[in-house]
Amino acid sequence: MLHELTIHEAHEGLTKKKFSSKELAKAFLDRIKKVDPGINSYVLVRNEKEVLAEAEKADSSFTGKSNPLHGVPCSLKDVFCTEGVRTTACSKMLENFVPPYDATSVRLLKKAGMVLLGKTNTDEFTCGGSTETSIFGVTKTPWDTERVAGGSSGGSAAAVSASLSTYSMGTDTGGSIRQPASFCSITGLKVTYGRVSRSGVLSMASSLDTVGPMAKDVHDIALIMNVIAGSDPKDSTMPNVPVPDYTKSLQGTDLSGLTVGVPDEYFIDGMDPDVEKKVREAIADLEKLGAKVKKISLPHTKYANAVYYVICPSEVSANMARYDRVRFGPALTREADDLLDYYLTARTDFGDEMKRRIMVGTYALSAGYYDAYYLKAQKVRTLIKQDFEKAFEDVDFICTPVSPTPPFKIAENTSDPLKMYLADIFTISANLAGICGLALPCGFSSTNLPIGMQLLGAQFDEPTLIRAGHAYQQSTDWHLKKPTI
Amino acid sequence: MKLTKDQVKHVADLARLGVSEAQVEKFGRELSGILEYVDRLNEVDTNGVEPTAQVTGLLNVLRKDEVESFQNTDGLLKCSPLPLENRQIRVKSVF
Repeated sequence: MLHELTIHEAHEGLTKKKFSSKELAKAFLDRIKKVDPGINSYVLVRNEKEVLAEAEKADSSFTGKSNPLHGVPCSLKDVFCTEGVRTTACSKMLENFVPPYDATSVRLLKKAGMVLLGKTNTDEFTCGGSTETSIFGVTKTPWDTERVAGGSSGGSAAAVSASLSTYSMGTDTGGSIRQPASFCSITGLKVTYGRVSRSGVLSMASSLDTVGPMAKDVHDIALIMNVIAGSDPKDSTMPNVPVPDYTKSLQGTDLSGLTVGVPDEYFIDGMDPDVEKKVREAIADLEKLGAKVKKISLPHTKYANAVYYVICPSEVSANMARYDRVRFGPALTREADDLLDYYLTARTDFGDEMKRRIMVGTYALSAGYYDAYYLKAQKVRTLIKQDFEKAFEDVDFICTPVSPTPPFKIAENTSDPLKMYLADIFTISANLAGICGLALPCGFSSTNLPIGMQLLGAQFDEPTLIRAGHAYQQSTDWHLKKPTI
Repeated sequence: MKLTKDQVKHVADLARLGVSEAQVEKFGRELSGILEYVDRLNEVDTNGVEPTAQVTGLLNVLRKDEVESFQNTDGLLKCSPLPLENRQIRVKSVF
């Protein structure tokens, strides 16, 4: 089945001329037509002729030295600017936006021979944990279509899970790659802050935003990282840290010499018992592979959500100030009286969650409240970061659940914004500390819902996560399980 | 921290967000809930703690001030929903 192949399997097939990129692309386009109406992972599928022409071009330029991504069909979350291909952030505010340029990561993927199938669903401007704030409606997890795919990169996760694209690209500001990866039983990497260029990717919260790969296994994650990682003059938040060859971390199953930390604060009252059981089993598996297990403490964990829900909305409110429907966006439906009226009318079309975040942020940054909210949150952020720095003196990586529950039902959390925010409780700290985090499948609940584990690593230590995650996947088969659709 | 209706309207105005009377009610309740939740940060002693704004410790990233021309200027102009005049976007007057 062509659509079920990983990048490395597809590359092998292309190299041995078992099939062409055009055949691969056609298989996906046909399957999307058949399967995606029930999942809603894509918000735009490109014109068949264009995709097949791109694939043919990839076929004719394929050589023995081609990048492993060359000619392998993919999808991109609908916040990556793609020249000539509509990019909406799943918001009314950008419903007709056709970018005049490519994001840096898209340019790098194109250079590696990308074949783009289409753009995938996200919460509006990536603000949410379920894709339910998208103007295109919710994406369902292919494992149970009454439940959400997670978010915000839910479309990308569902597309990879349902074999509607070989791999995808997402963004992660508070868990938006890892949580949907977990809800759809795929592998996703939140990179260290500044490891992958964000130029041309629509911003949400600038001190937290990251761009990263979503794929069928850790091997593919390493292949994508080899293309997208590295500094970019257009993104001034990228430190000059050497980029390793991530495939060098794809070693065997021996984890001896590594110590994995297990933080008490990530196994809490009220979490789903199946999640705890499966993650504990995964930790035991890591131990069997030779890793030493050590109990650790990250004492400020319980404040991470509160820090996040000050810093994130504050930065959202600043970033969203640019959306005025002057330089881009749809025309107003009524004539405005003057420029102020123009603004008020233009910005009415943000969805409720965007308005909530813009208003919380505006309030937190407004005169008289800055010290009490934003500055205070930035100080507690320092303590959270220091917790991790201290932990990584003793352990090489940390293992936790991704989410306290398996995928929840559609509309289960929409009436209570605070409850929705608490779904990110285990993923947010990594963004606050700027460290990397790998989500990978580690089992299923008693009702056959996917469960994911999270490996956290020190800043720029993606290689250790890739080594540990790959070793785990070499010795288990959770990542190979496919939903029946 | 409970927000009054007037405070909600003031914040919406600062953010240039048009909100209806019904939304003022709803957002007032929800925003108050969120602010109440984040008030727990006051439990943490942050005396002498430096704030984190740049998490990898970068300072003053500089580059040469060299002009790089963008080719697809027509594409940029085409993005605007407003009328174009002499390759400029025509907006409403301020007054």
